[in-house]
Amino acid sequence: MNLHEYQARDILRRHGIPIPPGEVAETPEQAREIAQRLAGKEGGGRVVVKAQVHAGGRGKAGGVKLAKDAAEAGEHAARILGMSIKGLPVRRVLVTPAADIASESYVGIIVDRASQRPVLMVSPAGGVDIEEVAAKSPERIHRQAIDPRYGLLAHQALGLALKLYREMPQARAAADIMQRLYAAFYAVGASLMEINPLVTTPDGTVAALDAKIVVDDNELERHPEIAALRDPSAEAPSEVQARQAGLTFIKLEGSVGCCVNGAGLAMATMDLVKYYGGEPANFLDIGGSSNPQKVVDALRIITADRSVRSILFNIFGGITRCDDVANGIVQATQQFPMKVPLVIRLTGTNEALAIEILTKAGFSALTDMDEAVKQAVAKARAA
Amino acid sequence: MSIFVDEQTRLLVQGITGRDGSFHTRQMIGYGTKVVAGVTPGKGGQVFDGVVPVFDTVADAVRETRANTSVIYVPAAVAASAIFEAADAGIGLIVCITEGIPVLDVTRVLPFLHERGARLIGPNCPGLISPSKSKVGIIPGNICQPGRIGVVSRSGTLTYEIVHQLSTNGMGQSTCIGIGGDPLIGTNFIHCLSAFHADADTDAVVMIGEIGGTDEQQAAEFVQTTMTKPVVGFIAGQTAPPGRRMGHAGAIISGSSGTAAEKMAAFARAGIAVMKRPADVVPLLKERM
Repeated sequence: MNLHEYQARDILRRHGIPIPPGEVAETPEQAREIAQRLAGKEGGGRVVVKAQVHAGGRGKAGGVKLAKDAAEAGEHAARILGMSIKGLPVRRVLVTPAADIASESYVGIIVDRASQRPVLMVSPAGGVDIEEVAAKSPERIHRQAIDPRYGLLAHQALGLALKLYREMPQARAAADIMQRLYAAFYAVGASLMEINPLVTTPDGTVAALDAKIVVDDNELERHPEIAALRDPSAEAPSEVQARQAGLTFIKLEGSVGCCVNGAGLAMATMDLVKYYGGEPANFLDIGGSSNPQKVVDALRIITADRSVRSILFNIFGGITRCDDVANGIVQATQQFPMKVPLVIRLTGTNEALAIEILTKAGFSALTDMDEAVKQAVAKARAA
Repeated sequence: MSIFVDEQTRLLVQGITGRDGSFHTRQMIGYGTKVVAGVTPGKGGQVFDGVVPVFDTVADAVRETRANTSVIYVPAAVAASAIFEAADAGIGLIVCITEGIPVLDVTRVLPFLHERGARLIGPNCPGLISPSKSKVGIIPGNICQPGRIGVVSRSGTLTYEIVHQLSTNGMGQSTCIGIGGDPLIGTNFIHCLSAFHADADTDAVVMIGEIGGTDEQQAAEFVQTTMTKPVVGFIAGQTAPPGRRMGHAGAIISGSSGTAAEKMAAFARAGIAVMKRPADVVPLLKERM
């Protein structure tokens, strides 16, 4: 789960990381009022207005603007609050005093799959996309794998901090920030935490200007306070609906709706749709359990997509019982009309029973995956 | 022979009285697996289905039954604890079926296992089966046939699909193993490939990977430098969009890394026969063997 910048800043601030003040506005009037209150002390009245959306490249899209005074902050907020960035509508802006920046660095923690450990990464090339730095000048990124039994040790943090700053007071301040960031990483169950940029101001202060946190979805149950930060307005409605139904659903651009059990088979089914000349409309995994209601929910979500021209079921029954899926299909068609053709492939546990149920309801079922995909692609084309 | 599990496997089921644990324990016993003990704290002293003694702790179970392998069906929130407990009691092979374990829990578990020399398969995996010998986990026994093909996969149902193709075409399996769809797992492709390489009863290996991470690329290097047995490979997720988790927590293209195209290219460079679709498995194996 992605957190918004303002939420990430709150978490890091609670862990003692120095972060400039800032408040969230949902209207231009609020933005103006916040700007007035915050900008008096420093920055000569200037503030930055930043769109709060789950998308990178906010600056390039015009979602981050410098305002010379409160009135201009209100104008920027009015414009940004009306815009969409990468298809996501902006509903909130963060207003912070403009800081004078002497240098910008990058500090981040990820869980590294190769070393199977959290890895702290720093770079003196901050303020830009770290993937770009990694591609163009990988020598400017420094890494430290962390043994979770001992945590980030002081000398490890200082070693990396010295890659960013020559002055010892700044290096010590940065090392302290890194250790606090590591503590926060485990405390909230993150899979990624970034401070980009970590800045120094002309007076030598080190502070985190922007923060990004991605929380491991599997941690949300034990961190209800983090789960409560979820912003459903920032996600596609069909995906919110799917999550509430216990399904994994990802909307794609094609016309063949896919309903599959198991993530690997779901991906392989999408690939086979493409192999036979079609385009998948979605990734959908109904999961391992067998519950007819899940199938009904899945069909409701797929049929709501107007670009879907045919629907392909691909079920390999193991724990999932084919008869449960068949019952779900029949129940769904009784509850809402199916406007597009259905192609059903099922094999495995209770296959014969499933075919009997479907045949009685007027459906035909296949047992071969390739044959089913070919038919679904052909039907999507003909529609 | 086979890898990791066989007739010598004395299985302990952690979470034996739960909904999933009890269902799959019956399936495993029905298949012929030697299920010697179950563990559910608070239910020690009971006997599951009149045949399997239940203990409060893994240590008790190991002492009484000499269990050497454990399979875990407990909820995600306590799964890491279950793995710690099994390793502490001296279990050498721990198979964790549970899906949804926080990744940071696994970062703590892995060094603990390493210190004790225990092997973890999974988490978030279907387990493994050496056909006609032992089944540990949830892979349906009826789709497998004993034989000489090794199968290793990050997936569940996709593995069943491919194993089904093998069995219906007379190609039996030495062992089929699902290593799990999470970003951090205890046993990776290379561990399985090297075990299949050393197994006198495996003639060829089918490797089923997917998008995300670089495990398949490293495995390809291993195949090129070390393996003499033919390997056939598949990668799921050629149509997956970048930056989205495709069901499995580990199936995500990060930036431009972890794509199906790069993994398939690595396979091809290493001399692995690359399947374009699951149905290619039998013809490619026949061509290579």
